[in-house]
Amino acid sequence: MTNPKSAYSVSSKKQKSDTHIIVVWVDNETGVLARVVGLFSGRGYNIESLAVAEIDAKRNISRITIVTTGTPQVIDQIKLQLKKLVPVHKVADFKRNDKSVLFKEMALFKVVGNSNNIKKAINACKKYNAVILDKTKKSNVIQITALRREIDIMAKNLKKFGLVSVSRTGAVAMTRGDKVFN
Amino acid sequence: MSKIYSGAEIVFKCLEDQGVEFIFGYPGGAVLPIYDELKNHNSIKHILVRHEQGAGHAAEGYARSSGKPGVVLVTSGPGATNVVTALTDAYMDSVPLVCISGQVPTHLIGTDAFQECDTTGITRPCTKHNWLVKDIKDLSKTLHEAFKVATTGRPGPVLVDIPKDIQFAKTSYSKPKDKKKLNGKSLNYFSQKNIEELIDLMNKSKKPIIYSGGGVINSGPEASEVLRELVELTGFPITSTLQGLGAYPGDDNQFLGMLGMHGTYEANNAMHDCDLLINIGARFDDRITGKIDEFSPKSKKVHIDIDPSSINKIIKVDLALVGDVKDVLKGINKTLKKKNINLKKSNKQKIAKWWEQIQKWRTKNSLDFKNSDVTIKPQHAVQRLYEITKDKDTFITTEVGQHQMWAAQHYKFNKPNRWMTSGGLGTMGYGLPAAVGVQIAHPKKLVIDIAGEASVLMTMQEMSTAVQYNLPIKIFILNNQYMGMVRQWQELLHEKNYSESYSEALPDFIKMAEAYGCKGIKADKPDELDEKIKEMVEFDGPVIFDCRVDPNENCFPMIPSGKPHNQMILGPSEKKENKITGKGKALV
Repeated sequence: MTNPKSAYSVSSKKQKSDTHIIVVWVDNETGVLARVVGLFSGRGYNIESLAVAEIDAKRNISRITIVTTGTPQVIDQIKLQLKKLVPVHKVADFKRNDKSVLFKEMALFKVVGNSNNIKKAINACKKYNAVILDKTKKSNVIQITALRREIDIMAKNLKKFGLVSVSRTGAVAMTRGDKVFN
Repeated sequence: MSKIYSGAEIVFKCLEDQGVEFIFGYPGGAVLPIYDELKNHNSIKHILVRHEQGAGHAAEGYARSSGKPGVVLVTSGPGATNVVTALTDAYMDSVPLVCISGQVPTHLIGTDAFQECDTTGITRPCTKHNWLVKDIKDLSKTLHEAFKVATTGRPGPVLVDIPKDIQFAKTSYSKPKDKKKLNGKSLNYFSQKNIEELIDLMNKSKKPIIYSGGGVINSGPEASEVLRELVELTGFPITSTLQGLGAYPGDDNQFLGMLGMHGTYEANNAMHDCDLLINIGARFDDRITGKIDEFSPKSKKVHIDIDPSSINKIIKVDLALVGDVKDVLKGINKTLKKKNINLKKSNKQKIAKWWEQIQKWRTKNSLDFKNSDVTIKPQHAVQRLYEITKDKDTFITTEVGQHQMWAAQHYKFNKPNRWMTSGGLGTMGYGLPAAVGVQIAHPKKLVIDIAGEASVLMTMQEMSTAVQYNLPIKIFILNNQYMGMVRQWQELLHEKNYSESYSEALPDFIKMAEAYGCKGIKADKPDELDEKIKEMVEFDGPVIFDCRVDPNENCFPMIPSGKPHNQMILGPSEKKENKITGKGKALV
């Protein structure tokens, strides 16, 4: 009976976790990001990536895109808890493997080395909408937009061509077609 | 052009327009302009506490017993940090509080100024919402919004942080806007179809149970009335959480008593074996559910709650009705009366066997204890207190621990808003200041804090407040010289290693009472108890009652951690019974 020695119950069996993209429309006011992020840390939810920016200057609305993992129950709680926050207008939730939604992340790669290696690096990036943002004899800054996993792979592969610095954004999302989330 | 007011004046104009009569607070440098303005507003009375935590709990007691939001006024820095416990307590138990805190002037924010702290940052996780007012033009709007957020939907605490320069700055005042939209946060989402689904489940059920919680109390006295009507219409048994006590009469035959960790045998077994569980305004707290995997395994579950995030948070339910309990229950009753006129009769037969089973569980008499004529048993003390005060429309507050559970088990409440206890956060030291707030709201009523000697010492200084305002609160201390619940857990789980749970060097409570200028009473023996309780009740003024009880008494029945509802430990008498049957078997 004394096992476990605790005033609390033991955790029950674990459910399968899925990756979700949560999009939150909020009033762009002081502390709003702290409220959203604090809710995640306070309740033990996980944030894989985060992207925030004002999208409507007139109505003062920001859009926060959060990539998170959790069981269906946790994902539901995240949405419902977010909706309770006063500055939150609406909350959308997409599964990462949802085909009707576009997900994109952007990354900047700085490659330093000889022209041959730089060329190889640019070639490798080509299928991800590569844009050369800065160019010197010894270096290049390449911008790509791709999925998280693709950027992970690129960051690994470019090492051999002289990748010295990576900077990347969180994911942003948008539905395909003419549908708008309400 | 409209008249121009200072920030401090605007604070009071807002409070007046919100119908505020009392503020619980403590002055300090950063709120001095507001305190200076106090003298010009006769309709608002300030209650000076002795510690900001006391202000918060007093406001909670006021709010819970009156249904109106409690208002707290504190200074910056330590004033604000001291109130954090009370805000968290109110957040956990859904009590509407509006806390106004002073802040250093705007140009000093972020400079580590004297008595500066990041108040909105610190209180963000323990309030429904909070605001730092940086522009005098926002002040009246923000304060009105604060009252709206605190009181609508699932109630809770909010905080408005006002820098000192904003309190001096001047602008025009704007009145609260008419209650139109509730910001989409508190609308009723249930439909008639949901209600019909529920009634369908009710009609099919053979072993139903209603499990009601604090949401019924928060929904207002009318919600308790419709709950009573529903229970009468259906003939279903009803059990209640700690916070829900009083919504349904505690002495009614259909009431099974409180459920959960220290709930009755019949309530917990009925929860476990039922085939339909209707949760009305409760939140499947872990002290209620026990082991989640084995919680009420055979039942269809229905959840009525105003907070959508309460649904499926812990227990997955089959049907959810999101809305104000009062409105949902009204809808259910209306439909029931229209469609099932003979419901009461037909149900009675269908669930007759269920009631028989419940009666069997009842015969266990799980709240029983071995009384003594030498030492006062704490359960006996609560029972006597109940018998002597039950006809007086008494308001009870408690601290946290064994005495709280004994009060919940043995004091029977017949009306809502009569029972104020810290359930979610479990804050020791809640009861005394809460009693102050209750007595402020109900000056003519009998207000008793059923306390433990350890808890009550945490906020004892509020006796000064009670004396200052002639509040005749009664502090009924079940003094067992231990942090009783800690000691009980140590006995059951940690091989009786009573690590630091004995209260050495307790004060003499009678002398303490006298030092505060109130009356002290002490009772040692069972035969003097009634007389002394009567003396306490009849005394016109605050009383500290030192009731010396058996130090070794444990609180039973009890669901041990990690166990389901049907594996309760009953009292020590049960253990003996078991032993006897064991020996008996060996003999045979």
